[in-house]
Amino acid sequence: MRLIAENLGGERGGERLFSGLDFTVSPGEALLVTGPNGAGKSTLLRIIAGLLLQADGTLRLEGAPDAYEGLVAASHYLGHLNAMKPVLSINENLRFWQEFNGTGQHSIEEALEFVSLGDIGHLPFGYLSTGQKRRASIARLLISDRPVWLLDEPTAGLDKASELQFARLMQSHLNEGGIIIAATHLPLGLDGARELSLGAVV
Amino acid sequence: MGALFLRDIRLGLRAGGGALVGILFFLAVIAVVPFGVGPDLKLLARIGAAMLWIGALLATLLGLDRLFQADRDDGSLDLLIMAQGRHLLALTVLVKCLAHWTVSVLPLVVASPLLGLFMNMEPAAIGATTLTLLVGTPAITLIGAVGAAVAVSLPRGGLLVSVIILPLTIPVLIFGVSASYGAVEDPAPFLAPFLILAAITLFFAVLGPLAAAAALKSSAD
Amino acid sequence: MSDAVSKTGRWIDLANPTRFLSLAGAVLPWLSGMTMIVLAAGFWMSMQAPDDYQQGATVKIMFIHVPFAWLSMMCYTIMTVAALGTLVWRHPLADVSAKAAAPIGAVFTALALITGSLWGKPMWGTWWVWDARLTSVFVLFLMYLGIIALTRAMDDPAKSAKATAILTLVGFINIPIIKFSVDWWNTLHQPASVIRIGGSTIDPSLLWPLLVMAIGFTLLFFTLHMMAMRNEIWRRRVVAMRRVAARSAERRPVQ
Repeated sequence: MRLIAENLGGERGGERLFSGLDFTVSPGEALLVTGPNGAGKSTLLRIIAGLLLQADGTLRLEGAPDAYEGLVAASHYLGHLNAMKPVLSINENLRFWQEFNGTGQHSIEEALEFVSLGDIGHLPFGYLSTGQKRRASIARLLISDRPVWLLDEPTAGLDKASELQFARLMQSHLNEGGIIIAATHLPLGLDGARELSLGAVV
Repeated sequence: MGALFLRDIRLGLRAGGGALVGILFFLAVIAVVPFGVGPDLKLLARIGAAMLWIGALLATLLGLDRLFQADRDDGSLDLLIMAQGRHLLALTVLVKCLAHWTVSVLPLVVASPLLGLFMNMEPAAIGATTLTLLVGTPAITLIGAVGAAVAVSLPRGGLLVSVIILPLTIPVLIFGVSASYGAVEDPAPFLAPFLILAAITLFFAVLGPLAAAAALKSSAD
Repeated sequence: MSDAVSKTGRWIDLANPTRFLSLAGAVLPWLSGMTMIVLAAGFWMSMQAPDDYQQGATVKIMFIHVPFAWLSMMCYTIMTVAALGTLVWRHPLADVSAKAAAPIGAVFTALALITGSLWGKPMWGTWWVWDARLTSVFVLFLMYLGIIALTRAMDDPAKSAKATAILTLVGFINIPIIKFSVDWWNTLHQPASVIRIGGSTIDPSLLWPLLVMAIGFTLLFFTLHMMAMRNEIWRRRVVAMRRVAARSAERRPVQ
């Protein structure tokens, strides 16, 4: 399984943000997309997630497991927004995404333990603090299996301890042969992550 | 899909009583009519079916703009669109429409016999109007889904959705009201307009979700 | 709950929710017992009351209809006082009282409309007419529902309290205007057919059961209102405790 981008170009609102991007990500590899604000980090991730059309170039996932048809079906996307409903409890939110996206190797209880929210799964999502919300949203990545994780500023709002914890979760995903593409301006604490710098050359 | 239906129903019931607001709007619209046309019971009985239909139409349009916008605001819509490999996006839209109809429009249908009494309608007319509302209002929701999907990325799409949807719902209104009158006025037929109404609903059950899904796919940015 | 206490300062000693809870616990058994006794007596007296020579047995609907109608108005008055309490005196319980009263008032108003409608069918030959009194009671019902919708639409009790109070006050001024405006402009229908029955022309054999029933239902209202206020206070405490639970889950060391 390899994620291959060739001559990828992206634009937003008619403005060309990047072009001619070539990269290959193999199993167990993490690609950190860095660059100043407005360089097109989020746009690149949304293009890979199939939510935006690329301006030119191709994107494909070679040798994906049979369970997933194509790149989008094999991807988890963690955007700026948490995709959770404040009036529903954490458990209800996660149970919905688990039933909608398919059951993975971790149960909801395990996933909440991994992000240290094990005791408060019954609380409405709206009661949580920013960091807790982010962690509940990270738990969503664990309850359904996807080999490719697309993370847009995943550590926004997390404190130091939670960042470390999340780094461990990402590392174990990589160790199992997963792929991570993360837009970030903070080091995520991953060993041997490659870096793709956007906006350096315009 | 069942999970999505249940989630949307739960949200509709929990999030600030949206269903209650729809019914309240319906009640208020019907209550205003006698103030406008005067308390003449014969006149009210004659226009009753039409007023119930117009009231239900407006009340149905009321909450439609939130159909996809709520999901867009918290990022859920991205994930629903991304899951189209597992769940056909048109089917997702259809399920969302059904959940929306069950929470916010079905109560209107249930309340309409009571309002029929306020309008001094005869039992047969009340029954026919309720039945046509039950069959016809899903079409309004399904047409509305197209408008809601088109306007999903607009910050203040609420009024716009109603404005672009209202002309499209006119056929539903025509056949709904004519079937309601057909049940009580002798020469007018009931079955023919009623079947056409049912056909419109079935037609939009296919076209609405497909068009809305296409609009949602292109709206993502 | 906790923010309601902190913002009020000197009212704490006079009417803090904790003291209200213990008061309600002490008073409620007596109040509900009295309600049951008076209502039972009222029902028995209503059964004994003679039938009207014109209306027959249907006149007995009056024994519940008139108390319901009276309570629908009294409840709104209580809510108006509570609204003033929220806006002017910033009493911590005023907002709880208004929020708890609204659904009860809506139910009594609905019951008044339904019993009136059931009474109207044999008397007037129709379930509903748009005369001044019926119309203004119906508008009152809509006002209740609007207030309930507003209280439920906002998450934060402190925010919804003021908005609801303002709406309640505006409604209190608006209801008489609606009442008089329909009186003046919609004169097509039997103007005082309902009011006459409640007037002084009534026979004592009907008046006494009616009075007892009115007292019984008023007691019932206060019982329900006190229970609903207690529930609302408890509900706010649960919400506050759950928020604390969410915060304190964070202070634990992450393993």
